[in-house]
Amino acid sequence: MSVTDLSTDFLLESAPPAHALVNVSFTLREGEVLGLVGESGCGKTTLMLSLMRLLPANGRITSGTVNFMGQDLLDLGENAMADMRWKHIAMIFQGAMNALNPVQRVGDQIAEAIVQHNYIQEKGVVDGRVAELLDLVGIGPERRRQYPHQYSGGMRQRAMIAMALACNPQIIIADEPTTALDVMVQAQILELLDTLRQRLGLSILFVTHDLGVVAEMCDTVLVMYGGVTVEYASVDTIYNDPQHPYTRELLRAFPDLSRPTEKLASIPGHPPRLNALPPGCRFAPRCPAVFDRCHTEQPALHQVKLGHWASCHLVERM
Amino acid sequence: MSSIVEVTHLRKLFPVKKGGLFDRQEKFVHAIDDVSFTVERGEVLAVVGESGCGKSTLALTLMGLERPTSGVIQINGQNIATLKGKEIQVVRRHVQMIFQDPYESLNPIMTIADIVAEPLKVHGLVKNKQERQERVIRALEDAGLKPALNFMHRLPQELSGGQRQRVVIAGALVLEPELLIADEPVSMLDVSIRAEILNLLLELRQMRGISIVMITHDLGTVGYVADRIAVMYLGRLVEIGPALQVLQQPHHPYTRALLSVVPVPNPRQRRERVILQGETPNPINLPPGCRFHPRCPVAQPRCQETDPMLQPVAAAHEAACLLLSSG
Repeated sequence: MSVTDLSTDFLLESAPPAHALVNVSFTLREGEVLGLVGESGCGKTTLMLSLMRLLPANGRITSGTVNFMGQDLLDLGENAMADMRWKHIAMIFQGAMNALNPVQRVGDQIAEAIVQHNYIQEKGVVDGRVAELLDLVGIGPERRRQYPHQYSGGMRQRAMIAMALACNPQIIIADEPTTALDVMVQAQILELLDTLRQRLGLSILFVTHDLGVVAEMCDTVLVMYGGVTVEYASVDTIYNDPQHPYTRELLRAFPDLSRPTEKLASIPGHPPRLNALPPGCRFAPRCPAVFDRCHTEQPALHQVKLGHWASCHLVERM
Repeated sequence: MSSIVEVTHLRKLFPVKKGGLFDRQEKFVHAIDDVSFTVERGEVLAVVGESGCGKSTLALTLMGLERPTSGVIQINGQNIATLKGKEIQVVRRHVQMIFQDPYESLNPIMTIADIVAEPLKVHGLVKNKQERQERVIRALEDAGLKPALNFMHRLPQELSGGQRQRVVIAGALVLEPELLIADEPVSMLDVSIRAEILNLLLELRQMRGISIVMITHDLGTVGYVADRIAVMYLGRLVEIGPALQVLQQPHHPYTRALLSVVPVPNPRQRRERVILQGETPNPINLPPGCRFHPRCPVAQPRCQETDPMLQPVAAAHEAACLLLSSG
């Protein structure tokens, strides 16, 4: 999947539209895990919903292309797009607790996902597929007839993953899939996703604010702030040669068990609200390296070196 | 000087509904089972564990919101388990709690000033409006909301997540407590502002000599704030000791496994991860012997029989594992 200059606005009553997403570009290769990192309001949810074309009624994609399987997803009709979801691109949500139907058996919910999307129809084959999926995510066959409340948080997340895999998609968009889980369960789920990636050749767009998880899971990282791409590079570059001050500050603010005595840094201020963005660089009000130009002019995305992009006036000067 | 908190052989069992007509045996959830520890004045103790390990019940019991089944909780030398009505109110004034979610723990239709002043009213601590105003201002400014006048007349929704958590902290500070119990105080906040709140807690400890019990599942941050770490598993303390020692030389296999799966924000650092399979067992039917043995990567036959007690492994550092005694 290749995304170019994707922008999304939210239309607001009695206010000019909020530019929630501005000119975001990236490529997701087969078998790649791309980490989409940012704090609340950075536009990562908007990006995800734009890709799936599931924006709320007041959301408008204003520019860009999403090339996938030789076509632009943004040009597809609603039916063709509906066909794309689940069969080719599926999502795993954060709230595994709330995304399952509480009064339907887990196995039946997975079967429904298969039948609803016309992947398979014959009853016997559907049953076989459900068994296969449960096995794939490590849920014992005896738990197929149980209800979501009989599952723990980790098991529910596994069920969600099984459901996302129901129609054998190429791309999984995982929205904070482990945020609400304990570290041990988180480790289990991450291990599962990694195994699935290898076995099924899945590409994963991994949306998270947890830089530790990104370091362990991802091949490439896209850091977002206030709706724009701040930095985009391989995972090794992001952690060992970050160019954008926001990326650097974010890394310093993230606790690292391997150096527990260092003082934890914070970034003063708070992320901008999308309806009150600063005129220049969106990070300028909190940036430690800010200078005059940052307050008036938005920096473009510059290529630092092959496969490494950053949007900062300082990078441009180098 | 004596410790501010002294917990000895604390147990908290919750009865569970009986299975059926013929199931006469009463069952219990062993939320806290024979836990002893102290918190010194001005100390930050982190209580770490996964969900269901009993850490939240521990917080509620320390607050006097749950009565212990047995054991003693002394706060400032008074056993809160035996206190009644008014007396417990007096002790509780010195123990305040900070909750996890700053978005839901503030009343959306009250101004910041009213929210922070409310504990003063509940405890009937101030004589007049002016004194109340002064204490509210002091609490807000100590919580880092300066100048307080800019915030007092606003509503929670006008504040950012970090500011809201500061309001929650101000609401606890206004009673001038000696002990703060912080239940996952930063887990709902953005990464860039977590450190601010943790540093604020450390400042309060410095400025006011407040002791802090921090309940958390986030091992990543505890090293920055805690003096000591206590690790809980299924209602038991399995390890307790100085923070750095526990993080760098964990003795209990559970602590080791927990630490090994904390994601490290550096792709060049790959460690051997010990991923425990399955989940924490149900605290109703506890496994016999060491309660960690069904998931323990180094369990031996005798672990199924003997329930290990905490024993010293280094200075001020204890762990409960049978394998430690055999050297």
